Amino acid sequence: MPESEKIRSSEITDEFDYLNRRNFIRAGALAGTAAATGLIYRYLNPPPPREVTTAAIESFSEAKDPLPDDLTPIEDVTNYNNFYEFTTDKRGVASLAAEFRSEPWTVTVDGLVEKPRVFGIDELLKIDQEERIYRFRCVEGWSMVIPWVGFPLSMLIEMARPVSSARYVAFQTYYGGSNPRGPEVNLPEPPNAMGNVFAGISFPYLEGLRMDEAMHPLTIVATGLYGKLMPPQNGAPIRLVVPWKYGFKSIKSIVRITFTDKQPPTTWSAATPNEYGFYSNVNPEVDHPRWSQATERRIGEYGRRETLMFNGYGEQVADLYKGMDLRKNY
Amino acid sequence: MTDSQFNKVLIGVNGLVPLALLGWDWYRGNLGANPVEFVLSTTGVLTLLFLLISLAVTPLRKITGRNDLIRYRRMLGLFAFFYGCAHLVTYSIFDKSLDLSAIVEDVWQRPFIALGMSALGILLPLAITSTKGWIKRLGGKRWQRLHRLVYVAAVFGVIHFYLIQKSDFFWPIIGGVILAAVFGYRLWVRFAPK
Repeated sequence: MPESEKIRSSEITDEFDYLNRRNFIRAGALAGTAAATGLIYRYLNPPPPREVTTAAIESFSEAKDPLPDDLTPIEDVTNYNNFYEFTTDKRGVASLAAEFRSEPWTVTVDGLVEKPRVFGIDELLKIDQEERIYRFRCVEGWSMVIPWVGFPLSMLIEMARPVSSARYVAFQTYYGGSNPRGPEVNLPEPPNAMGNVFAGISFPYLEGLRMDEAMHPLTIVATGLYGKLMPPQNGAPIRLVVPWKYGFKSIKSIVRITFTDKQPPTTWSAATPNEYGFYSNVNPEVDHPRWSQATERRIGEYGRRETLMFNGYGEQVADLYKGMDLRKNY
Repeated sequence: MTDSQFNKVLIGVNGLVPLALLGWDWYRGNLGANPVEFVLSTTGVLTLLFLLISLAVTPLRKITGRNDLIRYRRMLGLFAFFYGCAHLVTYSIFDKSLDLSAIVEDVWQRPFIALGMSALGILLPLAITSTKGWIKRLGGKRWQRLHRLVYVAAVFGVIHFYLIQKSDFFWPIIGGVILAAVFGYRLWVRFAPK
């Protein structure tokens, strides 16, 4: 190498500094963008599960005939919820609903009844409470086994004494300021107002049952789960549980129960009538137009299991639908 | 290391961050009550994300005048293919327990599954022919024509994403809008009266 092409020592140092600075900037860019990507990922994904903070229910009789199936852990039951008023992200409901106050709370019972009245939540919590362990099958194809606490809906119906023309029962979920207020209808004020504009369904959420379904001994008004008062994300302070129907029939955070002579409108059926019907009984033979209902993933299990007709409650409820075409009455 | 080499490292590392976090959360048992559903939806969204970013390269290049952006397109496309494969593996193993007849039935009966499978089926030859050698072998024109199929895959992907939602179409609509923008830009450049 000729002398003139040799690099002088001062030049080497410069180059070295230059490279060092460049490496430093590059390392910073690498770490910075990776951290930013990680943060975006974390932001777009749901927060970690929340512990249940509701009080224990003082007294209830324990379940008489537990299912052979294992219970779904309380952490999963309370951190994987469909409650579209808060968000359509099942893992996000628990934290968004954490501030939801269900005290004070009233439930208006009206319509075709002899004794229309407004129940305070305390009155409903005083009714004899019992534990019921039920399978819970969501229309999306997953299921849980949940130890509810509550009382048969029939007890509430008997208190209201529906007249003979009452053939259906309609239910309504609390929704922000949309529910009637008055001296005796004392519902919590916002910031509880639930309102998810992207849900794609209309609010307040509405559900309904035929009178014989509502009177059925398996149908309960649940006030809690796992021996604790109902967590907000699961439908505080009271919700319906109809174990042989898809989960969306088991309406949450009920503020009104109305007895009618006509089949009442229901939210999902109104949103997409060809996909969700009034009955919505669990039925492995009648698929959702876009996915199969033949199998389900039990939360906590990896494979899928066969879905049971009427969610395994056929022996008790099949008679209600005798002679009905369940393909038409889905 | 040249700048473009470094930028490739940068994209590579960032592209693997979601996978690393997904693996970390899985290892810690933090994927929630329904890990299979979570991994399925996350890998699916990542597939579409990388597909849309790779489709945005040419419009961005033309708008900003930074022609070097083209160097990163293959890598972005391959990330889309990679996450698409992870999506398919999750579905076949964890959702369907490798039950081939159940998978075939699913593809046959569910339009959204058929669309997703077709989209990935389209990406496969594109991933294989993404190398310099294949560009030479096919010739630039034919290679380009073949790789335009990526738009079909993206359209299928967005519809697939839309069809699986119950009622909240926010993210599929965002995906559709981005796809319409990049696809629209290409069509406009090509067919707009000069």
